[in-house]
Amino acid sequence: MRAYLNGNEAVAAAVKLARTEVVAAYPITPQSTIVEKIAEYIADGSMEADYIRVESEHAALAACYGAAVTGTRVFTATSSQGLAYMFEMLHYVSGCRVPLVMAVANRGLAAPWTIWADHQDAVACRDTGWIQLYVETAQEALDTCLQAYKIAAHPEVLAPVMVCLDGYVLSHTEEIVEVPDQETVDRFLPPYRPEYSVDTRRPYVFGVGTGPDLYPAFKYNQQQAMLKAKEVIKEVERDFQAHFQRSYGGLVDPYYCHDAAVVLVVMGATAGTAREVVDELRRQGEAVGLLRLRSFRPFPVEDLRAALSGAGVVAVLDRDCSFGYEGVLATEIKAALYDLREKPLVTGFTGGLGGRDIRREELAGIFHRCLEVVRCQDEGTGAVLNGYWQK
Amino acid sequence: MVKIKDLPDAEFVQGSYACAGCGGILAVRLALKVLGPETVIVTTPSCLLGVTTFYPQLAFKVPCVNVTFPSTAAAVSGVVAGLRRRGKKGVKVVGLAGDGGTVDIGLQALSGAVERGDNFLFICYDNEAYMNTGVQRSGATPLGARTTTTPVGSLGRGEERPKKDMLGIVAAHNIPYAATASIGYPQDYLSKVQKAMQVEGPAYIQVLSPCPPGWGYRSDLTVKLARLAVQTGQWTLAEYENGRLTVKEIANPRPLREYLAPQMRFAHLLA
Repeated sequence: MRAYLNGNEAVAAAVKLARTEVVAAYPITPQSTIVEKIAEYIADGSMEADYIRVESEHAALAACYGAAVTGTRVFTATSSQGLAYMFEMLHYVSGCRVPLVMAVANRGLAAPWTIWADHQDAVACRDTGWIQLYVETAQEALDTCLQAYKIAAHPEVLAPVMVCLDGYVLSHTEEIVEVPDQETVDRFLPPYRPEYSVDTRRPYVFGVGTGPDLYPAFKYNQQQAMLKAKEVIKEVERDFQAHFQRSYGGLVDPYYCHDAAVVLVVMGATAGTAREVVDELRRQGEAVGLLRLRSFRPFPVEDLRAALSGAGVVAVLDRDCSFGYEGVLATEIKAALYDLREKPLVTGFTGGLGGRDIRREELAGIFHRCLEVVRCQDEGTGAVLNGYWQK
Repeated sequence: MVKIKDLPDAEFVQGSYACAGCGGILAVRLALKVLGPETVIVTTPSCLLGVTTFYPQLAFKVPCVNVTFPSTAAAVSGVVAGLRRRGKKGVKVVGLAGDGGTVDIGLQALSGAVERGDNFLFICYDNEAYMNTGVQRSGATPLGARTTTTPVGSLGRGEERPKKDMLGIVAAHNIPYAATASIGYPQDYLSKVQKAMQVEGPAYIQVLSPCPPGWGYRSDLTVKLARLAVQTGQWTLAEYENGRLTVKEIANPRPLREYLAPQMRFAHLLA
């Protein structure tokens, strides 16, 4: 069925189609309309689930954790300050290997107080042991939520997943979305019934303490599972493609990268604008490409090397900043390419903070500056490209 | 009415690393004898987690879900909802936290869960300070008590504020059942646990659980002090039921000195 949905409605539709059993959430802009929609589904009887109206985001994730260990499929959503407030619980959920799914409608962090999009909220949670998938469209938000349940609960992964969608630009912008039918979703996504759950006949402990002798083994297993997730994310997408005839590239979504002298790397909805700029520059004969990073964690080092190694310059656009250094993605891309013998010049651009529009001409400007550097490289004049901050 | 002699021999917490004379583990052990095997415990980093579920040691014979310090009661709500979705009826979900995890950092989550009317029992084992982290004061520390963050010195005189009225706070939520108890009066405590587990909706019990290293007394005095606290009027046995508060009156209170004297935390008051 085709419907005119914004990103938040698309997420809510996925949560319903996944037959999610328990939802616990606390309102925060721009996430709120996701859980409002779910509350409506439950109120009109079209979705059978318990909705726990908690008093904070910390409690939202704690309640989801409690429900998940009983062996039910759970969901929550948040943004910005709410995600920051969950920070402690993020580690508990991933460390306890609870495969729950959370949508993050990305929004900048105060101060200064803002309600508009950037990636600082989720990127700051990089090291919490959550899989982070960034989407470009409302359709992808819906599809990725369905995939996320399957990735998270994969027995060799057992890691929670954040599905990240840019606040407003995706969360509140309508587009035509193909909403899959329930039967196909049921075939793709079986009910969640884990090997271990709260059961008085088999009394397990969830979230144990442990000492220096065993703690590293728990963390090693978690790391191995996250690395394994790279393969599983691709596998689940192939499976999704077979059921729904749509796919997004798995870990990375390259566009004209194969012969590009300059590649721009972005996450989220900016890719839509960037793709148009690439088309325009390609028409003008410029060898430019785009790489949309879909999976920020696990970080797809191998795929990035394959897609970027032929470029002269890689421009990384960050909607976040590690203060005192640079955009986080820029650092990560540099590190990923470090072991290559012949490596592109990588430079970071910081923009789109706190909901600032990233305009076509700005992206074109980035490409032109990088193309100029490539020309200088070719001529051996060795121009240095400094990063740029959209002010 | 629960009778001590009728309690089952079966233990549902066994082989814990609790200190000799720990009032907290006694409170949990006794409560589980009444609650029985169809119980799920939700607890939080505290002495209790440290002495019972330090992998590979798992001292509970009922399922146990550990969660963050602020969110015991929120996780309780999740477990309750999840079990309902799984069609598991007749299982009592019990939140267990110390006084800090209840009256301070856990208060918001507990307020939320009680206000939502979820079906659970919350037991606060009250040893009147943050014992697991080394005896720092909590909102439940009594007036005058010496702790590591309310030291006694030329200016310091121990805790400067009276104990938080947690029973009053939960009662203000129109909770169906709430009570205070003492491990020194097990018959009274266990009758309250039994009443609380039969309530449909939230129930709260705060049980005084003396702590030998935290209070600074000989470990064989735990039960005696838990009784003296009541007999000297330092701890009240109260019940809030159907909107009414009843308090067990102490006809002939014993001198306060008898309760204070064996405890190092009050030594400066008697010097």
